[in-house]
This record gives sequence, C-alpha cells and structure tokens, in this order.
Amino acid sequence: MLGRTVFTITSIERTMPAYIGKSVKRVEDERFIRGRGRYTDDIVLPGMTHAWIVRSPWAHARIKSIDATEARSQPGVVAIFVGQDMVDDGINPIPTGWQIGEDMKEPPHHTLAVDKVRHVGDGVAVVIADTREAAQDAAEFLVVDYEPLPAVVHMDAALHDDAPLVHDSAPNNVSFTWELGDREATDAALASAHHITSYEVENQRLIPNAIEPRSVIGDHDVATGNLTLYTSSQNPHLIRLLLCAFVTGLPEHKVRVISPDVGGGFGSKIFHYPEEVLCTWATRKIGRPVKWTAERSESFVTDAQGRDHITQAQMAFDAEGKITGLKVDTKANMGGYLSTFAGGIPTWLYGTLLAGQYTTPAIHVHTTGIFTNTVPVDALRGAGRPEATFLLERLLDLAANEMGYDPAELRRMNFIGADQFPYTTPVVLQYDSGNYDAALDAALDMIGYADLRQMQKQARAEGRLVGIGFSTYIEACGIAPSAVAGAIGARAGLYDSGMIRVHPTGKVQVYTGVHSHGQGHETTFAQLVAHHLQIPMEDVELVHGDTAQIPFGMGTYGSRSLAVGGSAIYRALEKVLNKARKIAAHKLEAAEDDLEYVGGQFTVKGTDRSVGFGDIALTAYVPHDYPIEELEPGLEFNAFYDPKNFTFPFGAHICAVEVDRDTGEVTILRYVAVDDVGEVINPMIVDGQVHGGIAHGIGQALLEQGVYDEEGQLLTGSFMDYAIPRAADLPMFEVGRTVTPCPHNPLGAKGAGETGTIASTPCIVNAVCDAVGVRDIAMPLTPERVWQAMSASHSSREAA
Amino acid sequence: MTQSIQVTVNGKEQQAEVEPRTLLVDFLRSTLGLTGTHVGCDTSQCGACNVHVDGECVKSCTMFAVQTDGRSVTTIEGMAGGELHPLQVAFREEHALQCGFCTPGMIMTAADLLSRNASPREDDIRHALEGNYCRCTGYHNIVKAIQRAADAM
Repeated sequence: MLGRTVFTITSIERTMPAYIGKSVKRVEDERFIRGRGRYTDDIVLPGMTHAWIVRSPWAHARIKSIDATEARSQPGVVAIFVGQDMVDDGINPIPTGWQIGEDMKEPPHHTLAVDKVRHVGDGVAVVIADTREAAQDAAEFLVVDYEPLPAVVHMDAALHDDAPLVHDSAPNNVSFTWELGDREATDAALASAHHITSYEVENQRLIPNAIEPRSVIGDHDVATGNLTLYTSSQNPHLIRLLLCAFVTGLPEHKVRVISPDVGGGFGSKIFHYPEEVLCTWATRKIGRPVKWTAERSESFVTDAQGRDHITQAQMAFDAEGKITGLKVDTKANMGGYLSTFAGGIPTWLYGTLLAGQYTTPAIHVHTTGIFTNTVPVDALRGAGRPEATFLLERLLDLAANEMGYDPAELRRMNFIGADQFPYTTPVVLQYDSGNYDAALDAALDMIGYADLRQMQKQARAEGRLVGIGFSTYIEACGIAPSAVAGAIGARAGLYDSGMIRVHPTGKVQVYTGVHSHGQGHETTFAQLVAHHLQIPMEDVELVHGDTAQIPFGMGTYGSRSLAVGGSAIYRALEKVLNKARKIAAHKLEAAEDDLEYVGGQFTVKGTDRSVGFGDIALTAYVPHDYPIEELEPGLEFNAFYDPKNFTFPFGAHICAVEVDRDTGEVTILRYVAVDDVGEVINPMIVDGQVHGGIAHGIGQALLEQGVYDEEGQLLTGSFMDYAIPRAADLPMFEVGRTVTPCPHNPLGAKGAGETGTIASTPCIVNAVCDAVGVRDIAMPLTPERVWQAMSASHSSREAA
Repeated sequence: MTQSIQVTVNGKEQQAEVEPRTLLVDFLRSTLGLTGTHVGCDTSQCGACNVHVDGECVKSCTMFAVQTDGRSVTTIEGMAGGELHPLQVAFREEHALQCGFCTPGMIMTAADLLSRNASPREDDIRHALEGNYCRCTGYHNIVKAIQRAADAM
C-alpha cells in the first residue's frame, strides 16, 4: 500500500498534536447556531420563479384531459407544463440504479405522469409563477379530468391474478424475484431440525421525514448555456450523472449540481427525484430560475418511503441450541415506481445480512419486489439491514423463549468466534473482522445484567411489567468494491474521491466526493488531514457538495463517508506527504530516507536541520530553488479509493422497558448500546450518530407507521397523523464502544450512521414482548396495540 | 391589497407593506432575508420556525405578519449580542445539533423555557420540547445542552 520512502500509519501516529480520537467541537456548528446555515430554500436568485406541482389526489387513475386555460390567465403565472410537454421535448423517464435479475420489470417513471397516475402525490402538471403564492393560487384553476381506476395497495392483493395492474408491463405487479443461498441445504436443515422457530412478520412502511423538506432550484444561464441545479441531495454527482446521461441528455460539463447545507437525509435524499428534472428542464424553457420547495404534506407523498416487507421465516435449531438453518421468504413493496436504489434494498442489502453474528450454516432467502399504488419505497436509514436484523433478532428471542434459553446465552452459543475471521457466510459476504463476545460482554457489564434480571423479578412480584430486550447485530456498509457492486446489479461504481490542495501559505483545502448533511464531515475530515499533515485544524477547510469544485464522487449513504471517502482523502494525503518529502530532501540536501516528519517539520534524523510544512508549500509554488527536472511545481493531489470489501460494524444493544398495565404505554427505563465501528476519529460525533440512529429505530418500534387505506390514500400524511419520536418519548442513552479495526482500509474505520437504527428496533420489541409475556406484537407498539395484546393474552390464559 | 406594519425585529425597527395572509415566517425569511428561521412542516408541529414575539416563543408559521404590528420579534439571528448566547455555546459544546435545520427553533424554545424555569429537570426539558422535532440527535445532547446552558446562566 505504501511505497518505499513514504509513511506508515505508525510513523505518523507518534507525532503530535494528534487530532484523531479527539472529540473536537464541530466546525460547522458556528453557522448553524447563529442561523447562518444556507439550505437550498434560503437561496434567492435574481428573477427567480416558483413552481407549484399539481399532484394526483387518486392512487390510480387515467388522465383523460388537462385544461390549463383558466389557470394560465391568472396573475403572475409564467408557464404551465404537463407531462407530455416534457416527453415531446425528448425528456426520458427517470431510471432506477439497480438491476435485479435480467427479467426485472422497470416501467417508465416520467417526471410528470403522462397516461396514468400511480400513487397519490404523483405529479401531473406544474404551474410556474412569479411568487409561490401566485403559482399555488393559479393551480386551483387547473382542471384535471381523471378516470379513477381500482387501486392495489396491499402486496398480497397485488399478486392476485385478477388484481389491477399498476403497470401493464408488469404481470401480477411483480417487478422482480430474487433468491440467494442454498435452498436444498436449508430445507434439509429444517427437515432434520430438533426445533423450528417460525415467524411471520410485517416490517411496516416508514416515512423518512428529514426535517428539511426537499428543495430544488434550476438556474439556466441563457448566455453561456450553463445550468446550475441546487438540490437538497446527499449525492450531487450521482444526480448530475443520472440527470445528464439518462434523463435530459444535457452535456455533463455544462451542468453544475450544488447540494449546499442539507437538513438531514436518512437515505431519502439519495434518490434522483422528478422535481430535479422538472426544475432543470423548466428553467431552460422559461429562461429564468425555477425554485420548488416541498411542503411537508408533499414530502409525505413524494419522498421515497422505507421498509414495508411481509416476511415468513423459519429458523432451525439442533438439540444443543445451535442454529442449523434459516429460510426466509419476503414480499417487498416497491410502491408505484422503482426509485433509484429500490431493487437493491430488499435483496442484496437484506438477504446478505441474514447470517447476522451467527454461524448458521445454511440460509436461503427469496424476495419478490411488488408494485402497488403507493409512494415508491427505497433506502431509509439502514436500508435492508434493519429489516434483516429485525427478523433475526426477533427469531433469536422467540427461539430462546421456546427452548428455555437466556436470550443472551442463545446468541452467544451461536456467535461466530473472534478467531474465525475472515468469515465467509452462506449468503456471500466475507466478514473481515469482529469480536461479538466482547461487545456483548461489554453491554452486559454496562447494564449490570444480573442485577437487572433481579430488578425485573422484583418488579414482577410487585405486579409491574418490566422486560429486557437484546439485539446483537451486524451491518455491512462502505458498500463495494465497485466490481462486486457491478456483479450484484448496481449501475454505479462505489468508490469515492478526495483531493487535497495545499496553498502556497501552507493552508489546505480538502475536496471530498461524499456529502455532509449532519454527519460533521467538515470537522472529522479536517481532523484527519490536520492530524496527518501535522498542522493546526484551523488551517484545513473541507469543500463538499458542489460538482464544479469537487472531484467525481458518489455521495453519502450506507455509512460510507469515512470508510470510503475518508480513505480516498488518506490516499491523497500520502501523495502530498511523499511529494513534500522530496521537496524537503532537496531543500535539506539530504536523502529522503534520512528524513523524519515530526511536529509539522521534516528533520534530518539526528540533526537539528529541518524545514516546516509551510516552507515546503511555499517552495512548491515559488520553485526558485527546486528539483524542477524531477518534480512538477505545486502541491495538490487527487485520489480515488475503491474499497476492497464492505466494512462490518457490529454491536450489542440491551434495553429495559416498563409497560403500563392499564394503558399499554411503554417507557424505556435503560438503553445500553455497545457498538464497534472500528477506529474512531471523533468520538463525540460517533456517539451523536449512534444516539440519532437509536432514536430512529425506536421510532419504528413504538411510534411510526405509514398507513394507506384501501383506495391508496395515505392516512398518515402529516405530522398530526405520523408520529416521529419527540424528546419525551426517549430516554438518555448509555453508549459504549469496542474497537476492532477494519483490516482492509487505511483508516481502520467502518461506519457509524446506521448502527443504532439497525439494532434498536428489535431490541425494543423484544423487551416489550418480554415485559407483557406475549409472543409478538405488530409494530409500531402503540399503547393500544400493547394493551390489546395484553388483553388477548390475559383472556386466552383465563380460557385455558 | 397590503397592510402597513411597524415591527421591531432583533432590535431594529422595520416598516413593511405585507399581504394580510403573509405568515410571520414568510415575512422573516422572504421580506427580511432572515433565513435562520426554518419551515419544517405545515401543521405547526415541528418548531423549526420558532421565534420570540414580545419575549414569548411562538411558531412563526402560525401567526400572520400583521399580528406583529407594534410588537417586537427576536429570531435566532438576534440571539447573539457581542458574544454567543449561552444556549448557542451549549449546543455547540454538547454536540446538540447535526444537520442544523431544527437548531434555531430548538434554541428559541429552550430560551423560552429557561426564562420561565431557571433550573429545569430532564423531564421538564423533554416536555418543553414537545413542539420541536429533531430527526438527527435523538434529543440526548439537546437535553444536555439545555441543562448546561441553565447551569451557565
């Protein structure tokens, strides 16, 4: 990995001041706490117009006609367009980015619906006016004549032979089927099992709800032909590529995509959305900037939603409690269209995780991706991995109950041992490193397991319902290598880029292809660079989110930023330091091998002759005394990093809950999380990611559910009807860590953005079921559902 | 049809012609360019738009600009005088923000709480935040930041 005369991590690490491992306060906070953040909707451009999108009130309907005559004559209206206008202008449908099998049905997804609408909220027309109010007012005068069609909402109904078709090209509403693992071996394991635990479960539809609603501005410069698209996206380059190469045909070099401050993503801002195409196309049509910002009600019906699986699973055990097989059949709701990563989520990001932390020798998983007249479904924090983990961790708790094991012990008996890595699972992944016992031990220790069980016993004796839940999870993130991603159908490479530009004064700008929308990259990456260049952090600034400035990169999702983007920056650092060393050798008239870099100074070993980083930077740009025959001037390097494998964070979460016997209300008494995310650059930021992740998972367990009625109306279409966790719903979290470095990237880092979400949902459900003594309660575990489950269990006990 | 209003915003007298239907948040963001006040929902739940009117915390998406005629409004931009408000410091020190979108509203709500209750318990803080949504932090560090600011004030 490193050349002859260059640095190893060890040689760098003994130099100080060290920034790695320090909870440095965030650089970006200075603007946010003052209200000086700059989100897309904050941007005002000269002559800017405002778009209001007319959206379908029907889940499934034919568009018979659209009459815009009266709307056009309303004050302030600049233009009105419908879907056919864009098709006539050569605008292509929005493609999906993941091919699942050769037979995948990938019906066209138009920016604005052309023939039919396929979910409530599907765009039908756009009104562009001088002000948002004028556009909204004029939209009231637009007459769309719909012929309502029967809608398919539930997956089982969608599969019926006589079900209405969301897309005529997808018989039985099936987009794809997919399988992984050894069916025969798994069936054999089930046939010879000592015990089988069966579980049928719905992993409910979630609605992402980043607090910043999506916003887009298209700005076409009539004079130069250049187009700037501001968009609240997690990955500006990916959006530009899809927009140019697939949808509009615009030349990539004439399009600049800027994702400024973005108010949370959680996956929902990965995808290429119709509004990005619309504002790009419309600004070119009218010659003025066009802004669209979602109202929250629009976010509810246009941001790609998450989860929505129905799964049947059977886990086989031998007489010693060892898992011998796992068979899983999952129906995954795709909604009305295939969103950008849609097909990859309930397949490769789900089925491959079904070994979990366990030595299960035989696994088979089958997934059916199904179209319904609902909002498209795609990645949401965790993306496939929470669904897999929920299934596994519920199965483990159910099995422990059925077979009479302590849930911690049953897990431990089945753990892959610390000496078994690298470990190849029956579902294709090769886990690089891990120590699952250590994480569980740490969590048991933190929560004081023996005392907690004692407390539970005492509480029960007093008639209180206290339960303890476990979740020991694995995650695969930092997705890659590109060759593997390609082999499993991803239509993109999954490397990332980092560029380091050292200015003549020794100040440094770092350009990354990943994007921060809350993760704190401006701090963490500055720490990384300042640490290795041995310069003050204040001398380093991160640039991200602007395709005109940064090298091509894939953006931020799947907890990839540090493991992949950070590794690219590290590669660029190596190049900078190698060249700096050559310049230093020239200036000091010494051999490169005789130099050491300590405290920001290259020093000839054993002497006091040295030259500082700032002097080297200046020399690179004022190369009067310079080895010009061997070295170019300047000190700036770009690097691309393609990962060698996924990274595999893991951990153990344990919680204690109490259920109110009269109301069914769940109170979380303790929540302990021990996560192993590999090497950590900023512990404060990692802890913050874990807190937020846990909260998101608790939201799924206790509060959140996207509900559609039989006609496809979203009944939970606002914050009045869809409950995301509030402060009073959550406890303080107790967070611990073990550190097992990732062996195959230069930082040893794995990823921390999704661990909490993946682990916490089953942990809570396990605890509530333990508290009330029932087998299962369908999520979300609202007081009503818990109370119903208690009552049913009580009645059945009385009947018996 | 507009109406003339005179309102003090962050200590500065403002005279403006506004439509009666203009929401306070739109007046602040669009007319005055004070974009630190955010819009996160359309049902008055998320609290990203919280500001102070005559010292009391209000959701500026739920008030018309004309209702502030003759009154005094403070936004996040007006919280720091010569130096940062203790809540702003505490939010930074405790890592109580990630994407930053809910942060202005959180700080305005917290300031309102601390003006009524100088040493709130964790429970008081959590309940005071019931009208403020954060999707990033799990509230853990927000609660700690407000406790820290209370100690500092």
